[in-house]
Amino acid sequence: MTSPDLTKTQASPASDRAGRGDPAGSGLALSLSGVGKRFGAVQALSDISMEVAAGEVVALVGDNGAGKSTLVKIIAGVYQPDAGEIRLDGKPVSIAGPRGAQNLGIATVFQDLALCDNLDVVANLFLGRERRQLGVLDEVSMEQEAWRLLRRLSAKIPSVRIPIAALSGGQRQTVAIARSLVGDPGIVILDEPTAALGVAQTAEVLALVRRLRETGLGVILVSHNMSDVLAVADRIEVLRLGRNAASFRAADVSVEQLVAAITGASERDRAERGEAPIGGTQQTKTVDAPAGETS
Amino acid sequence: MTVAADLADERLVQSKGLGGALDLVWRRLRGGDLGSLPVVIGLIVICAVFYSLDPRFLSSFSLVNILAYAAPIGIISLGIVLVLLLGEIDLSVGSVSGMGAAVMAVLVVKESQSLVLGMAAGVGVGVVVGLVYALLYTKLGIPSFVFSLAGLLGFQGVLLYILGSDGTINLPPNSGLIEFARFSYLTGTAAYVAVALVVALYVAGGLWKVRQRKRADLSAPSLVTLGVKAGLLALGLGWLTWYLGVDRGWSYLFLLFAALVVGMDLMLRRTRWGRHVFAVGGNEEAARRSGVKVGRIYVSVFVLTSTLAALGGVLAAGQQTSVSQATGTTDTNLMAIAAAVIGGTSLFGGRGSAYSAMLGIIVLQAIQSGLNIVGVDSSVRFMVTGAVLLLAVAIDSIARRARSSSGRG
Repeated sequence: MTSPDLTKTQASPASDRAGRGDPAGSGLALSLSGVGKRFGAVQALSDISMEVAAGEVVALVGDNGAGKSTLVKIIAGVYQPDAGEIRLDGKPVSIAGPRGAQNLGIATVFQDLALCDNLDVVANLFLGRERRQLGVLDEVSMEQEAWRLLRRLSAKIPSVRIPIAALSGGQRQTVAIARSLVGDPGIVILDEPTAALGVAQTAEVLALVRRLRETGLGVILVSHNMSDVLAVADRIEVLRLGRNAASFRAADVSVEQLVAAITGASERDRAERGEAPIGGTQQTKTVDAPAGETS
Repeated sequence: MTVAADLADERLVQSKGLGGALDLVWRRLRGGDLGSLPVVIGLIVICAVFYSLDPRFLSSFSLVNILAYAAPIGIISLGIVLVLLLGEIDLSVGSVSGMGAAVMAVLVVKESQSLVLGMAAGVGVGVVVGLVYALLYTKLGIPSFVFSLAGLLGFQGVLLYILGSDGTINLPPNSGLIEFARFSYLTGTAAYVAVALVVALYVAGGLWKVRQRKRADLSAPSLVTLGVKAGLLALGLGWLTWYLGVDRGWSYLFLLFAALVVGMDLMLRRTRWGRHVFAVGGNEEAARRSGVKVGRIYVSVFVLTSTLAALGGVLAAGQQTSVSQATGTTDTNLMAIAAAVIGGTSLFGGRGSAYSAMLGIIVLQAIQSGLNIVGVDSSVRFMVTGAVLLLAVAIDSIARRARSSSGRG
């Protein structure tokens, strides 16, 4: 594993995970191979392979219905795959339910964030995982930890004691991402984190994604937005009609190439011209892409 | 001086000391976070109006009565606050309170069982009803409005059935329940000692919080603010104790109600269960995904609501010394629900406080008592109560608009 130049490794949330035998003391490496999922007559995913290393941002792109959400839900434990294998740090695992995913160190921030508007930031961060002292909520310790998490993300939240309703879209996304870090995960999945955000807020969230990478986490970024993807991702996995369509290093690819891979236009063009198809398995394995050039 | 960890953001408006605390309150009010201010103002207006009509309204005798008679329905209303926090409703609390009281009365008077057993059975009726409601809600998905409406009708029928042909059961006059609910008052030295104890606990809690937060390098409320609040609390409670003591003093029934309110408030704000109640009321799906056991929260709340309703009914029976066919009918029901809403608990879930039950029921009881003293027919009382309820909800709706425009949700 080629670790990127981590300036903040010591602040890594997973530093206490050294016992798992991870020499870098950072995030987890996730790998999927041959994963398939079928809903009735629809083969939603077939033979999907994908790898995420610690300290790497892998973008998952594809048109509507390409299988992005299904794949994310499989990794998050919401769906069980019908075929294939999921490995964490090389060990095969089965992800039994969302709780199981969390226990394995996989945190997911879904698109609708799932925050309680009427509760303040601290309450939302620790919802379902409240710290207690003699049976009473330990607000002081939770507030301290909330500030520590938000600082680590260099997040701009003016106060952790204001209700979520008072925050902007970008700040809510920040809180949702910070909440995913409460359990010290190794892999964070972000589902469309920049959808419905303004320009400045999008930049804020992208900076946040880079910071997750700097702290050594593996990040899976699901997005429709090509410029966002190119701005933060190390590698880009393209899904089309439930299959791996192509895999690129973000540094080597243009928006046009990505769009072509997503729509399948390039393959049709090449086939028409009698050339070998790009994408698919030929060009994929670029797992150890050096991270950091986009940060 | 170093800035506390939670005040480091330069965009945060700093507020220090007592002036800062007052400023914060003012900002919150302008932002539409009215809390209990409208009720308190309403109470002052009610007192002023009735006092000008008949000075006897504010006599010690009248105040002691208002507090004592507010207590049983207040206890029922406390349960309503809980279901409202979840965004649900229980229309049957009045009928459940009547049924609990009737079960108690029948066991004690007709079956000559002990009072303790009778009361336990009466309150137990509430527990069972709550469990059934929770089952209907979580397993069958029946809306709370519907099954509690069914309960409103059904349990009133049960009340009539178990009272039988007599229609009214008088509790034995030497009953301990009547003694407690009707004739027990805290006054004199004991009352002042209790006030001192309450204030001391308040100060100790405040100091503990300040110390914990300072130690954790977080901003802490100033000691001056704490001192002023404690002083106001001591003065207010001390004066009330003196003024009520001119007549009979604090009724035990009201003290029990107050203890339940304070206890419930602490449960809601300081425990995991309370946090989860607010979370489910705010965004049930988010709470479920965060690992909150939503089903258990519903069960606990429906059971607590019905249990508090039955307890309120049993105590009301003690206060009125009898159970009749009219016990816990429409009046009780609507008073309890109106009190919670008037006190400032939102009908839409996730927003409210245990204290709203106390404030709301005192307002309603004050109106009732005032109209009685002035000698107005009960028809007018219903109209006035209806108008006050409408006003309270209108204020809540306007405040909600102000909240959404100032980002307080």
